[in-house]
Amino acid sequence: MTAMFTHIVSNYEEVVAVILFCIGFCMLLFSRNLLKKVIGLDIMDTGVFLLLADRGYIAGRTVPIITDGVSDMTRYINPIPAGLVLTGIVVSVSVSALMLSLTVRIYKTYRTLDMDKLYLMISNRRKGGRA
Amino acid sequence: MSFVQNYPFFSIVLSLLCAVVSFVVPARWGKRLTYFLLCASLYMQTHLLVFCAAGHVSFSYMMGHYPAPWGNEVAAGIIEPLMALLFVVVILLSISGGGQHIAADIKDDRQNLYWVMVDLAHVSLMALCYTNDIFTGYVFIEICTIASCALLCIRENGRALIASVRYMVFALIGSGLFLIGVIYTYAITGHLLFPQLYDAIQALWAEGTYRFSMTAAIGLMTAGLAIKSGLFPFHFWMPDTYGRATPASSGILSGVVSKGYIFLLIKVIYRVIGADIFAASGVQTVLLLFGIGGMIVGSVSAILSRRITTMVAFSSAAQIGYVFMGLGMGGQAALAAVFFQILSHALTKPMLFLASRDLSEAAGGHEEFRYLRGAAHRNPIAGAAFTVGALSMVGVPVFAGFIPKLYFATASFGMGWRTWAVLLALAVSTVLNVLYFLYTAMVIWMPGTSEQREYRTERTAHGIWAMVVFVVLNVAVGLSSTGIAALLTQGFDLFCR
Repeated sequence: MTAMFTHIVSNYEEVVAVILFCIGFCMLLFSRNLLKKVIGLDIMDTGVFLLLADRGYIAGRTVPIITDGVSDMTRYINPIPAGLVLTGIVVSVSVSALMLSLTVRIYKTYRTLDMDKLYLMISNRRKGGRA
Repeated sequence: MSFVQNYPFFSIVLSLLCAVVSFVVPARWGKRLTYFLLCASLYMQTHLLVFCAAGHVSFSYMMGHYPAPWGNEVAAGIIEPLMALLFVVVILLSISGGGQHIAADIKDDRQNLYWVMVDLAHVSLMALCYTNDIFTGYVFIEICTIASCALLCIRENGRALIASVRYMVFALIGSGLFLIGVIYTYAITGHLLFPQLYDAIQALWAEGTYRFSMTAAIGLMTAGLAIKSGLFPFHFWMPDTYGRATPASSGILSGVVSKGYIFLLIKVIYRVIGADIFAASGVQTVLLLFGIGGMIVGSVSAILSRRITTMVAFSSAAQIGYVFMGLGMGGQAALAAVFFQILSHALTKPMLFLASRDLSEAAGGHEEFRYLRGAAHRNPIAGAAFTVGALSMVGVPVFAGFIPKLYFATASFGMGWRTWAVLLALAVSTVLNVLYFLYTAMVIWMPGTSEQREYRTERTAHGIWAMVVFVVLNVAVGLSSTGIAALLTQGFDLFCR
């Protein structure tokens, strides 16, 4: 039990990343409000990027930019996860922008952001159409 | 190096270029550019397939200036250009067949954006077919999600917007899980390219280290791609997504986009993880069970549907279930059945969506079955196409849909309890397919009422040709399965490690 606690404390970045991912995942899946879903998506992505950045960090080393002509690999941290995080951020921003634009269009059409109310309005319209 | 080996790279770059140009030119030029792109891509994939099959070669192609394991790569053998060719043909036929609906459903000032999104869907699918790098796979998964969502919501009616949000939520959950899986795999192995990942995973598994983490990573990547493909119980976004989009988009989304994700999963299983480790991880058995669940639940949902497009969309959930059942069975015989299922579904489902829209127009715009009586008499081409599609989905010999069912049944022998589970699922699913597809085919050919006979539909020559080509391809696959099976077997030698 003590060993497990020590393991969690020594890997606190990963624990925080997993907590963030779970919070975002639950908001994206279960929140009724569309805007909160978008916020959940961003929190989920932040958790993923934190985890990825943590994988590339090596304690005691510096950023992977060659300074003073030192090209010794052991001086720098792994640059690949940082590159992946940057790519991931670009993807995440694009997806968030699309979700936000959809949210605006839905609000202009239905005057609500509540998914339950939206489904109710759609099903009422369909029943009205049939009648 | 042969010039042909540049084609995967050309397919990707040309699509990106066409997407950018289509954004700034008028819609009619965007449309011409997209047709040019798809025709050029059709030529390139065919030439590459012939090159690889004739010489029995596979190759990797360095992207940029850095070699493996640092740089990025694309790779091609026989299976990759075969899938890319299938995707291009289906996109081309879907936009040809649904051209008049695109003009009717989308505002004039937005139509050039539609062609941009078709180009982006094409680039992402080509990249998913050819990439040899798992993170590039993730990036193009997201581009594919964005393009698919835009193809859906560009219709701009309220239902399409809500369907887009629902689709995006499930797609993003899938992407998130896949990305976490990729990160864990990278953290354990230190690689992103498929060959290096494969070697590292094989070595780690043999040592017995990181088995729990590796199993978690395999599960996360598989779950992510399965959710994005619409595997049961994550298939409830399908009816709204496929049913509310313009028919060309429905054809692209159901016919090829979901198959793009599935093909990436197949690459991950056979080129990154290895079939033996995938089976040993236990994820394979989970896929088998959920696949069987999808076959049954998708069909039952289709039977309970009251609208023809909803029924066709839920049938997609059942057909995706067949694919995952095949992946859950394991072995090359089942993998051949999976590819036949992908082929038959990709060629049949867009035809069914196009025909469904035409039939509902022949019923005065109603999609409910009670209004569809006699619709096939008022639009015989759509009626004939729907009937061929229905017979194919049921699994009648001569049509494409019969072949995967036969291969699944044959591949299942000698698998213990899996044999009985697969055979029982195939039997039950076929009976359920007969119930809803043949019922619908009968309804559309019944004599209509005098009021309904007044509805008339007009189809453009492109639309009719697209339907005819879909029907011809469907029958051609049904009749030439031996040749395709030989090509697949040859391809597996190069594809499976």
